[in-house]
Amino acid sequence: MYKYNDFDTAFITERNRQFRAQVERRLSGALTEDEFKPLRLMNGVYLQLHAYMLRVAIPYGTLNSHQMHKLADIADRWDQGYGHFTTRQNIQFNWPKLGDIPDILDALAEVEMHAIQTSGNTIRNVTADHFAGAAADEIADPRPVAELIRQWSTDHPEFQFLPRKFKIAVTGSPNDRAVTKAHDIGLRMIERDGEAGFEVIVGGGLGRTPMVGKVLRDFLPQADLLPYLEATVSVWNILGRRDNKYKSRIKITVHENGIEEIQRLTEARFAEIRPLFSGVDQEMLAEIKGHFAAPSFATRDTDAFDRAYDTDPVFRSWADTNLSEHRAEGYAIAQISVKAHGQTPGDASSEQMRVMADIAREFGHDELRISHEQNVVLPHVHKSDLPDIHARLKTHGLATANIGKISDIIACPGMDYCALATARSIPIAQEIATRFDDLKLEHEIGDLKIKISGCINACGHHHVGHIGILGLDRAGVETYQITLGGDHTETAAIGTRTGPGFGEHEIVPAIERLVEAYLKLRDSKEETFLQTYTRLGMAPFKVALYGEDTRIKAA
Amino acid sequence: MPKAFTPKVITANHLAEGDVVYLTSGDEWTRDLSQADLLTDEAIAEARLVEASTQHHLVVGVYLADMKAGENGPEPVHFREEFRRRGPSNYFHGKQAATA
Repeated sequence: MYKYNDFDTAFITERNRQFRAQVERRLSGALTEDEFKPLRLMNGVYLQLHAYMLRVAIPYGTLNSHQMHKLADIADRWDQGYGHFTTRQNIQFNWPKLGDIPDILDALAEVEMHAIQTSGNTIRNVTADHFAGAAADEIADPRPVAELIRQWSTDHPEFQFLPRKFKIAVTGSPNDRAVTKAHDIGLRMIERDGEAGFEVIVGGGLGRTPMVGKVLRDFLPQADLLPYLEATVSVWNILGRRDNKYKSRIKITVHENGIEEIQRLTEARFAEIRPLFSGVDQEMLAEIKGHFAAPSFATRDTDAFDRAYDTDPVFRSWADTNLSEHRAEGYAIAQISVKAHGQTPGDASSEQMRVMADIAREFGHDELRISHEQNVVLPHVHKSDLPDIHARLKTHGLATANIGKISDIIACPGMDYCALATARSIPIAQEIATRFDDLKLEHEIGDLKIKISGCINACGHHHVGHIGILGLDRAGVETYQITLGGDHTETAAIGTRTGPGFGEHEIVPAIERLVEAYLKLRDSKEETFLQTYTRLGMAPFKVALYGEDTRIKAA
Repeated sequence: MPKAFTPKVITANHLAEGDVVYLTSGDEWTRDLSQADLLTDEAIAEARLVEASTQHHLVVGVYLADMKAGENGPEPVHFREEFRRRGPSNYFHGKQAATA
């Protein structure tokens, strides 16, 4: 893991000192809210419906046990005893008091964490594949690159007043688990003729105008990364629309100017600034890579795993659902679902955080990851330890075998917390999970991604859900629109709206009808919901939702 | 005929705590919606909003919220204000816990 150097420590300490003074001036009335707001946003502080919210960066989703323990301590001391993991690999505390936030930031600094650029019109927390450094299919670990980008973008003087926020994701695997095509810039680490580099994707995004990213450069040599990123962001910084916040993101700039024009301008700017990069960045990258050296994996037998797998059906179900293939022999990647049926997706209590931290320290080379799907990952665990790990998780409500299944729902905080929301998301997620658990259909249904957003800004990624749900306010009533056929992976696609929305009490039965239709329509148990939808199209699902009449009208 | 004015209360979030507050007839901020002043005259509502908005040392994000008269004072007409008055639906936190 990355360790702060003296510069990092001094930088965070000074920033926290400045923000403490800013908070004092705000509380004394010396600063107005208009003056204070840009300052608090630079430090991750939002004001939501019921309270302030502090969004803490978990850079590229990587945590050690000390850090997780500290998050638990913060939840207990200054919040309501829990934290909420987000789709951008951050953690949010929903109930801090403004006067306590400087102390929280100091506590975070003790474990090399911060909330800088988790908000505001800046380059946000860089996200990465949550299986980085562990996945069997990985070409290269994306985290050193993500860390380099973080250092480059933090307080970058040219990029502190961008037209809007700017999000970068990096993946080192051909199987995209970082949703790179729905980011302002997505970087896919690739190799060409033995040389390491990137495919640079630009202008993806969800929100009001969802777009799948386009290829800006099909091969960028590794050493050109920072000047090329700087060129891209600076082209957008000039062209990006500041007159209309709904048109300010780079996806609109690319759409309005065309990818060819953006390419031309980016390459021209790149040619100008490339000579200014003397290679110091590559020296830093080499040093950063040293921090991410793989742990020394043990060679042991897996008898304990095999025994439990053969004799304990609960363990077997969890292993089949929550484990992924590790690059090292005898190891596995274990996902801890923080989505027990009926729980709030992404929430972990302080007790659960401590349990996960202790397991990581004892069994998992002291590493934890937060996935954009709002779960926690043990990236390096030996299979022989998994029965013990599972037993411990089970006693703390953390052993739900639902990764990738219908109850593994992404949901934004929605109108239960968020000031921008137009409807609630969390209760819908809770009801869907509970309903299909009652029906005992979850494993019969197989892989299915439901993603729920409580407003058009799409923090819940509904556009790329196999089933997407968007909560809206229709004449003072919470109403939920359904989209089908979205895909968040390397074959990214935006879902298509089915038709009129459903009320709060109608949406879960509607989802049930969709799933029943799928179970009838699939050609085998192996055909997933998305595959069935792709094969048959919208028509049979529309009938399931709205009845035969719709088909007659549509025909 | 001009559209009838929907009664309103002045609401905001408390500067230090961040929780929801409402303006009383005595120009105090209360955490209890039933204590809020229900404004039925548009001109008065606008004037009091301007005045309340100067109190940036006490509150954040002052606005007028639609309400109706109820047995125990103002009541929300929109679900957003109902959630603001109560707290989140996934945990017993916020106002609902404070008044329990």
